[in-house]
Amino acid sequence: MYSLPIVLEATLNGLLTGAIYALVALGLTLVYGVLHIINFAHGAFLTAAMFAVWMAVTFLGVDPYVAIPFLTIVFFAIGYGAQRFVIGPASHGDDGNILLVTLGLSIVIENILLAVFRADTRTITTDYAFEVVEIGPLLISQARLYGFLAAVVVSGLLWGLLTRTDTGKAIRAVAKEKLGASLVGIDVRHIYAVTFGLGCATLAVAACLLMPIFYVNPRVGQAFVLVAFTIVVLGGMGSIPGALAGGLFIGVVESLTGLFFGDSLGQIGIFIIFILVLLLRPSGLFGARA
Amino acid sequence: MLEVRGLRAGYGGVEVLRGIDLSVKAGEIIAVLGSNGVGKTTLNKVLSGVLAADAGEMMFDGRPLQGLSPAEVVEAGLIHVPEGRKIFPNMSVRENLELGSYRRARRNRAANLEKVYATFPRLRERMGQAAGTLSGGEQQMVAIGRGMMAEPRLLILDEPSLGLSPLLVEEMFALIQRLNAEGLPIMLVEQNVVQSLEAATRAYIIENGIVALSGEARALAADPALRRAYLGL
Ligand SMILES: Nc1ncnc2c1ncn2[C@@H]1O[C@H](COP(=O)(O)OP(=O)(O)OP(=O)(O)O)[C@@H](O)[C@H]1O
Ligand SMILES: [Mg+2]
Repeated sequence: MYSLPIVLEATLNGLLTGAIYALVALGLTLVYGVLHIINFAHGAFLTAAMFAVWMAVTFLGVDPYVAIPFLTIVFFAIGYGAQRFVIGPASHGDDGNILLVTLGLSIVIENILLAVFRADTRTITTDYAFEVVEIGPLLISQARLYGFLAAVVVSGLLWGLLTRTDTGKAIRAVAKEKLGASLVGIDVRHIYAVTFGLGCATLAVAACLLMPIFYVNPRVGQAFVLVAFTIVVLGGMGSIPGALAGGLFIGVVESLTGLFFGDSLGQIGIFIIFILVLLLRPSGLFGARA
Repeated sequence: MLEVRGLRAGYGGVEVLRGIDLSVKAGEIIAVLGSNGVGKTTLNKVLSGVLAADAGEMMFDGRPLQGLSPAEVVEAGLIHVPEGRKIFPNMSVRENLELGSYRRARRNRAANLEKVYATFPRLRERMGQAAGTLSGGEQQMVAIGRGMMAEPRLLILDEPSLGLSPLLVEEMFALIQRLNAEGLPIMLVEQNVVQSLEAATRAYIIENGIVALSGEARALAADPALRRAYLGL
């Protein structure tokens, strides 16, 4: 058996990683909730954002946390443009087409990254990569703690945006009632693009938080998106609190499975949960029953 | 206020409106009547910019409406409360009303919210409730209240009495007349022929995609052809 502090530490570490997972899932669930499509390019955008962080650190010497505001804005703009000028026009309002267009977009992005950066795996070094914080008997990685705090703050900001601002309310209105939204003067195409932009912006934040503790190569986004997709299903498709809770939960599951059964099996726990949810509660643990 | 001439529109080659002429003047209540599927809702969609016209002219306040986006039509003050309400079911009553002033009259939001609550005290009691869980009558109040939040210069109501109990229908028509008495021109699209003709100043009867009959509401109510066709008398 493992001693209590070790289990606690693994649980805590799982929560910290889970917060970043939650951030990746947040963008996916937001876009699903409003546009009613799975954005297959989500992973590729995350990879691109992680390379952007790598470049900012390597060539400009910028700290990854300092890069957050700048990259958030850049990726919001990229996402806005991608939806408004590529995905939207190319799909002619057909959901099936949107799927294919985002799939195509992900292939294009990944191949560009592969051509520019080749298949090498790259990391950044920071002064605090190996710093730890002591909480009682527990040792917690500083970078993970920052990641957790930032993920919580960003989720809170997103929640505030959706519930307090007119743009956020318009996003929620368009999600359920497009004609009604048009008739109060909401520009639906603009709101779609804003939503997609927000999805990409959360990825930029996630990328900044991930790089100090992870590596990047042109395929790295896929692994995260698979986990994020599990979280989205677990939390209920389109549910933001669900994505948060689901992300934390999955982080802990992964960490504890890793502790008890070995690191290489950590992800198996996630997919066992995924299958169980699909079998027992297809609308998600937190989702409203359809 | 509103001048429509020779308006043609349809869906994918199927023409529904084949040359509609009608007008709404300041202070009027216009009733637009006609049997199911004749194109009344289609007409409203074209006016509010949701559906493109194939031909014809629409002038609102001396300004052409052709080619305007729905947002621009709202901005001009032509507010359309659609058939089936189309409120935001996942949002609270209050948020639904707030979004009524998304594009227009945003600065007067707080004052107009008070006005809507004064008109519909029921909505004040339920302002935190998700609009999708309201009764049909309450949902219709939200739809109309949401329209009022934009300070309409012309209000289009598409079947506001649909699905309401007889008592609520009475209340709805009383409300329409009260809004009009405060100076708001209204274009009322209805199945409820008798009550609409009582409330309206003038009326248009649409048949086969054109205006088949029009005139003073009182005169139309006495018209034998209309009484036979629509009232079964
Ligand atoms: N989106 C659409 N695509 C194709 N045809 C449509 C569409 N909407 C309406 N129609 C057709 O256009 C015609 C007019 O429909 P519309 O909804 O305007 O009728 P209406 O006069 O409002 O009827 P009701 O009194 O039942 O509401 C109908 O034959 C209908 O089937
Ligand atoms: Mg209709």
